[in-house]
Amino acid sequence: MQQAALILLNGLVYGLLLFMLSVGLTLIFGMMGVLNLAHASFYMLGAFLAYTISIRIGFWPALVIVPVLVGAIGAVVERYGLRTVHKHGHVAELLFTFGLAFIIGELVPLIWGRIPVPYKVPPSLDFAAFSIGGNAYPAYRLFMMAVAVAMFVALFAALARTRLGLVVRAALTHPEMVGMLGHDVPRVFTLVFGAGCALAGLAGVIAGNAFTTEPGMARALGAVVFAIVVMGGLGSIWGALIASLLIGFVQTASISLDVPLGTALAQIGVHVNPAVLSDLWGITIARIAPVVPYVLLVLVLAVRPRGLLGTRSA
Amino acid sequence: MLNRATLLAATLLAGLTPARAEVVKIAYIDPLSGSLAATGLLGEQHFRFMIDTLNASHAAGGDRIFELVAMDNEVSPEKSLTLLRKAIDDGVHYITQGNGSSVAFALTDAVAKNNKRAPEQAVMFLNYAAVDPGLTNDKCNWWHFRFDADVDMKMRALTDYLVSNKPTQKVYIFNPDYSFGVSVEKAAQQMLAGRRPDLEVVGAERVPLGRTKDFTPYVQKFQAAGADAVVTGNWGQDLALLVKAAADGGYKGKFYTYYLGGQDVMPSVSAAAEGYAIIAEYHHNLGKPDLDKVAAAFEEQYHTPFSYGRIKTEMEMLAGAMKQADSSDPAKVGQVLSTMKWQTPLGEVNMREDNHQLLQPMYVATLEPGQKFLYPDSKLGFKTVSRIEAEAQRLPTTCKFTPPS
Repeated sequence: MQQAALILLNGLVYGLLLFMLSVGLTLIFGMMGVLNLAHASFYMLGAFLAYTISIRIGFWPALVIVPVLVGAIGAVVERYGLRTVHKHGHVAELLFTFGLAFIIGELVPLIWGRIPVPYKVPPSLDFAAFSIGGNAYPAYRLFMMAVAVAMFVALFAALARTRLGLVVRAALTHPEMVGMLGHDVPRVFTLVFGAGCALAGLAGVIAGNAFTTEPGMARALGAVVFAIVVMGGLGSIWGALIASLLIGFVQTASISLDVPLGTALAQIGVHVNPAVLSDLWGITIARIAPVVPYVLLVLVLAVRPRGLLGTRSA
Repeated sequence: MLNRATLLAATLLAGLTPARAEVVKIAYIDPLSGSLAATGLLGEQHFRFMIDTLNASHAAGGDRIFELVAMDNEVSPEKSLTLLRKAIDDGVHYITQGNGSSVAFALTDAVAKNNKRAPEQAVMFLNYAAVDPGLTNDKCNWWHFRFDADVDMKMRALTDYLVSNKPTQKVYIFNPDYSFGVSVEKAAQQMLAGRRPDLEVVGAERVPLGRTKDFTPYVQKFQAAGADAVVTGNWGQDLALLVKAAADGGYKGKFYTYYLGGQDVMPSVSAAAEGYAIIAEYHHNLGKPDLDKVAAAFEEQYHTPFSYGRIKTEMEMLAGAMKQADSSDPAKVGQVLSTMKWQTPLGEVNMREDNHQLLQPMYVATLEPGQKFLYPDSKLGFKTVSRIEAEAQRLPTTCKFTPPS
């Protein structure tokens, strides 16, 4: 029981973090048709900026300033970079974000150095909230969850209840029609791209100190975030939420399973010949945990090529 | 007046670069870009520092001066082989590498083949950190010299300390999932088995290298298994995240590590890491004024803590061997190095003739408060628990090689 509660809590916090990263990406992807390969780089930028700002004026101002700053950088990138290459088609845009990821990836170590920076959890949140079966649960993790949930509610309200949200949602599915109706679609693009980057920046602010802030952090999360976006369905916020939580739970749960693969398959009725590929069936599920998100991705795509809640095909 | 000034300048220039100086190039083949760049750059700085020191005192004898040629192998064995080829074509006879035993296996194999085929282009391989035992056992090669203790030597020291640490009863073995982690796991299991009746290995697990963001579930497994000690060969970001997750989860067990002192790990280590152990040939609180002076000079120049005592030993021994052989021919230098004894501030070290593994004093140290050198983020510093003498580390070897004729 305690074990289950721990898996649930860990899965929830990891899933919500993944959601904060993927929601911006899915919005951009869904609206502009561009896979922003530099998305995780904005997350890294958020963490490093948060470090620099928090050691000068504190964590709480950084929590507000950094997303705005990263969002502004994102908007500038869209306005003066992506929009210029837009006329050359999606491949050019893709290559542009690919190059951007490299540039940010090299700029960060130039500015902050190649070793991790000591970005710390603020002292006011650095205590154990409660304890389950001898495992302390840090209060900061609860704070991370709260921020993620607040962000989701705010984003959902903005998209569902405001006029601008209406335009954005319309532009997600029918960009040409929205343009015909006299809305400035390029400006909506800039706004969405900026907002998406701001969300990645916010994720950087709250995750950079819970984990580590170092120049390789973008690479570590980049791939799994793309998997979530494709799995959830392009442009679907609910899809991103479900896929994030699913991956968060499944990955955390599989780490805790010390059952060999062969035994696990036998339990769900698949019997394998132990003589064939005997090494493979002896591997515990815990050891393949990091591969699980991609296995899930392949499974979902095989059954539903549009992703869980997608309306357009990938 | 003008003539005298010109003459003076000419004399000075001549003094700086002796006309007959023999430049001995050392190719440094290690990661200088990507996620391991920080580690590779730190090694490069140590080599540059040592080369400057040794050149200034003409330690290699004659007119020989060292020159470092840094090459970025991106920790790829294939890329390393290409770089080795390039180095040989450029007339390099000495290479040094450390990060990744997979790379070291590829290099030692290529060096052996090259030296057999083209003895006039022979290359010596100085290994400062690749610690897979195979390199000095079944895959050993006369041209390969290792200056770091291997996995088994380090594990023996670490487990000796663990076994003597009486309250410890349940051990979890946790490693990265590749050849190095496999050999650490094997060594730990062998060396803990049957040592103390109340000591038990409660779990052994390997985690893919650099793929995990949140180690909390693993820490909870340690907790659930009741482990009060974790033996780990993890390094870099993985170790940083693991130690951080342990502190956040209020885990009370102690970690027994190979690489806790890494500059990419220590910023994530908090005061909760008190008592965590490391096995290494150097740490900052050895209290040897000679070494402290070297460390201070290094830090002044590169603004980062001096970390590799073994690079100092490696370069000093290479220079000493060249001076003694009065040659920079790797075959002659290798003959000297094969049986070389050398005095360091920490005591005598010697090269094993039978497998070219350096035997040097090693230290088990734990993180404790109130030390002379403290890491700024944790206010903890390493304190020696035990010193393992060079000769005590001589383990049996399966190595069989013959010196070149």
